[in-house]
Amino acid sequence: MKTTAFQKIYIKIENITKATCSLHAQGVGYEELAIVNGRLAQVVKIQGSLITLQIFSGTEGISTNSEVIFLGHSPKLSVSEELSGRFFNAYGLPIDDGPDVDGKVVEIGGPSVNPVRRKQPSELIATGIAGIDLNNTLVTGQKIPFFADPDQPFNQVMAMVALRAKADKIILGGMGLTNDDYLFFKNIFENAGVLDRITSFVNTTEDPPVERLLIPDMALTAAEYFAVEQNKNVLVLLTDMTLYADALSIVSNRMDQIPSKDSMPGSLYSDLARLYEKAVQFPSGGSITIIAVTTLSGGDITHAIPDNTGYITEGQLFLRKDSDIGKVIIDPFRSLSRLKQLVIGTKTREDHPQVMNASIRLYADAANAKTKLENGFDLTDYDERSLKFAKKYSERLLAIDINIDIDEMLDTAWDLLNQHFSVSEIGIKTELIEKYGKRKVNEIE
Amino acid sequence: MNTKGKVAGVIANLVTVEVNGPVSQNEICYIKMSDVKLMAEVIRINGKNTYVQVFESTRGLKPGTEVDFTGHMLEATLGPGILSKNYDGLQHDLDKMDGVFLKKGDYTPALEDDKRWEFKPIAKIGDTVIAASWLGEVKEKWMPHKIMVPFKFKGSYTVKSIVEQGEYKINDTIAVLVDTENNEVSVSMVQKWPVKIPIKAYEKKPRPFKLMETGIRVIDSLIPIVEGGTGFIPGPFGTGKTVLQHSLSKQADADMIVVAACGERANEVVEIFAEFPELDDPRTGRKLMERTTIIANTSNMPVAAREASVYTAMTIAEYYRSMGLKILLLADSTSRWAQALREMSNRMEELPGPDAFPMDLPAIVSNFYARAGFVYLNNGKTGSVTFIGTVSPAGGNLKEPVTESTKKAARCFYALSQDRADSKRYPAIEAVDSYSKYLEYPEFQEYIKESISTDWVENILSAKNILVKGREAYEQINILGDDGVPLDYHQAFWKSELIDFIILQQDAFDDIDSSTSIERQQYMMNKVLDVYNTNFKFETFEEVNPYFKRIINVFKQMNYSEYKLEQFSKFENELQDIIQEKLMIVE
Ligand SMILES: Nc1ncnc2c1ncn2[C@@H]1O[C@H](COP(=O)(O)OP(=O)(O)OP(=O)(O)O)[C@@H](O)[C@H]1O
Ligand SMILES: [Mg+2]
Repeated sequence: MKTTAFQKIYIKIENITKATCSLHAQGVGYEELAIVNGRLAQVVKIQGSLITLQIFSGTEGISTNSEVIFLGHSPKLSVSEELSGRFFNAYGLPIDDGPDVDGKVVEIGGPSVNPVRRKQPSELIATGIAGIDLNNTLVTGQKIPFFADPDQPFNQVMAMVALRAKADKIILGGMGLTNDDYLFFKNIFENAGVLDRITSFVNTTEDPPVERLLIPDMALTAAEYFAVEQNKNVLVLLTDMTLYADALSIVSNRMDQIPSKDSMPGSLYSDLARLYEKAVQFPSGGSITIIAVTTLSGGDITHAIPDNTGYITEGQLFLRKDSDIGKVIIDPFRSLSRLKQLVIGTKTREDHPQVMNASIRLYADAANAKTKLENGFDLTDYDERSLKFAKKYSERLLAIDINIDIDEMLDTAWDLLNQHFSVSEIGIKTELIEKYGKRKVNEIE
Repeated sequence: MNTKGKVAGVIANLVTVEVNGPVSQNEICYIKMSDVKLMAEVIRINGKNTYVQVFESTRGLKPGTEVDFTGHMLEATLGPGILSKNYDGLQHDLDKMDGVFLKKGDYTPALEDDKRWEFKPIAKIGDTVIAASWLGEVKEKWMPHKIMVPFKFKGSYTVKSIVEQGEYKINDTIAVLVDTENNEVSVSMVQKWPVKIPIKAYEKKPRPFKLMETGIRVIDSLIPIVEGGTGFIPGPFGTGKTVLQHSLSKQADADMIVVAACGERANEVVEIFAEFPELDDPRTGRKLMERTTIIANTSNMPVAAREASVYTAMTIAEYYRSMGLKILLLADSTSRWAQALREMSNRMEELPGPDAFPMDLPAIVSNFYARAGFVYLNNGKTGSVTFIGTVSPAGGNLKEPVTESTKKAARCFYALSQDRADSKRYPAIEAVDSYSKYLEYPEFQEYIKESISTDWVENILSAKNILVKGREAYEQINILGDDGVPLDYHQAFWKSELIDFIILQQDAFDDIDSSTSIERQQYMMNKVLDVYNTNFKFETFEEVNPYFKRIINVFKQMNYSEYKLEQFSKFENELQDIIQEKLMIVE
């Protein structure tokens, strides 16, 4: 960070904690940035002339006579077309040996969109993955996380979705990425020849955790630039939001705030909502879609982080290993895309909603049959059929390595329904059964 | 001279102000930053330090900034023009704001000062009037909007003069009143009211007793709510709280719907913005938006205004209730409001209660719910505010402070279950555990007997009972195995499934199924109970499941068909045939 001349230098720090320092200073604004001994810091509390600064990279080695310079503004990012194809750190500074970005300088974490100016999301995002397109259809302007245990291949799935999604721009916000994952993203984007569409803001496990707090705002500020100024459809990938929330709790803990559930700050909901709500369909045609990752611990979605996330996002995509087929699937029970209603059956074939629901209902029957089996009971003929159906359904539709278009997904589903069930067991509108299931409804059951 | 002050400290949106004069709790003030004024509310006073919560981001705020106090609390502006508006939590008109992004301090007026309204006097010179007496009315879209004596007026007044029928602006004087001491006051068509104080300008508030039709079967036919009643919908995320509220807002039999989108998703409000101007209100043929007012303080809008938003919405509802109207107030989600209180309480370092919520949360919640109700106005007319709030329990666990506080305050409990939502049994209301206290009110039972039928309440109890028995049978089957239980258990289970699939489950996105008239509900309930009371002959348990699936399937087709039209009757006949197949012939 550069400083300009005539800035006042303070050299008398009164208090130092693990994350903050305090000093007396005049004319300082809330959330203003400062540099303390070369490290970036931000004003988090003002009490008269006593200013408390949070130092992003920690206070190790800061001394009472360290130099403090206030910058007179909150964190900023320089935005222009030059952001494309570049990699930055949490402060928005290049980490790819490229030049500084020349562009308009804007404050990150800017204002919210007036709800009456939003447009209703309406463009389907096809990913080729049936667990998504068929059961949990995504729409531009949506915000949705993958819920996954840390051993699931969430970053791979996310990268795949990003590449197939046909977005104009992709912004990657990496928080606490391992260096390997960082390189994975870099390679996969490079190999796909799409680097010029991608901008990345990365904080790796080697960087101080509190710095992560800036990543989503940096990424979303870049996204807003492309979506608002250039009317682009922008896809923002945020991984891993659990590590972001952990950083929030570190800060609030160090500032002696009263924690609420799971040692998370009481403001977790608002903190996360502020970011996710940046997902929007603009009236001028641009859009911001957010796909995030929230890692779970032991599949526990009642933990405050996934719980609050679920209350904010428009659904969630649950990754789970299906031991019957030995593949990772998108779990049809816990996964949900809330905006799918806006496109299924209208932008897709009219039988889509009902085929989707019937299949999942029958898949649930298989889960019950499985419980029966585990409890040592005999299975009925129906149970047997639903188990067979479920296995095929997992293999041919839920597995994440599927890549087909939506009509093919629907035909596959009909195929499986017809193979295993009678018309009344399928239980959907007769016209649809006749038209798309190609079955006679009054056939002998 | 109003009190002034200077900013002395800032922590997020909690600002300490040193003041030079008197201030009162909940007083509104404006912080005068160089380019904008930020609205704030006093939440604690401690010597010369006054703590205010700012309804905006405080980024860039510096100590020493000047603050102007207004001398009044947060007030709603009440007058013609509220209907169909989209407001933020502080009643600023969102449509009047410029640009795509919200700007700090862009405080647009709630009503239009220069719009002319056709006013018709109701009161006459010499009439004695009190607060909320109807002086006249204007036509607000289709609604006879009553112009009332301001609620703040105390004691009785005599009408000295009142304008003739004609066009007036909201600030024009439409009447002059004289109090008992001969002081004259002029009254216009607009008044202000502090949102945190209930409007009590009515004669009495009896226990509510009239069924409020919602078109949602599981509600009307099993867990009914009443005009002026209270209810809440707790449920883990994604279980259908918002969809249920949207259904209520589309279908409920009310004159006006006030929707408070409180700390939830902006896209959900956009759905209302997009759909309501297009959708017809089946009862009146008008567009739904013509009976709706939206208070949108979505999760990315300032947290402090979230708390205000529910009070603003309630005040608007109470205002229209005073005109003799039936209002349905919906708030999604009251947990976000409680969280806003928690954030503030933590910043002020108050001693926390359970889960770090403020200690007085139960009192705050119950005071709010108590503002709903069915009332007799002073002129003998009736009006009501029915309130249904959603609750978003942390971790889906109902043993948390907001759910528990609300359970004490609300009379209907619509618990959404994760299991039901997971298996797409929507609406996911767990009918056995949920309840409506109104079912126990003799006045409600009486009303139902007279206005609907003598067996409605009885049917509700039978249906609930069948569900309980079905659940028990299901548990036994799971423990003992399909062939380890008598055949009856299978029947009991499947008969309860019939109620589940045909009465409880309802497709909110199907044009026909989404809303069911009371008549149709009654018809279907009787039909389902007939099947329940039929003795079927089965040889083995394996016949039970496929047989009932067929019955359920045909019943479902009926639900998807236009009531009593050709398709419907066709399926009804089909049903009859299926039933004949297994009818036990009693010799
Ligand atoms: N009655 C219904 N019919 C069909 N689908 C439904 C119904 N109710 C809910 N759903 C499905 O469940 C999804 C989630 O519902 P909804 O948004 O109402 O949940 P919620 O309880 O409000 O969640 P949150 O607490 O996160 O806001 C909907 O998008 C829809 O797919
Ligand atoms: Mg909701």
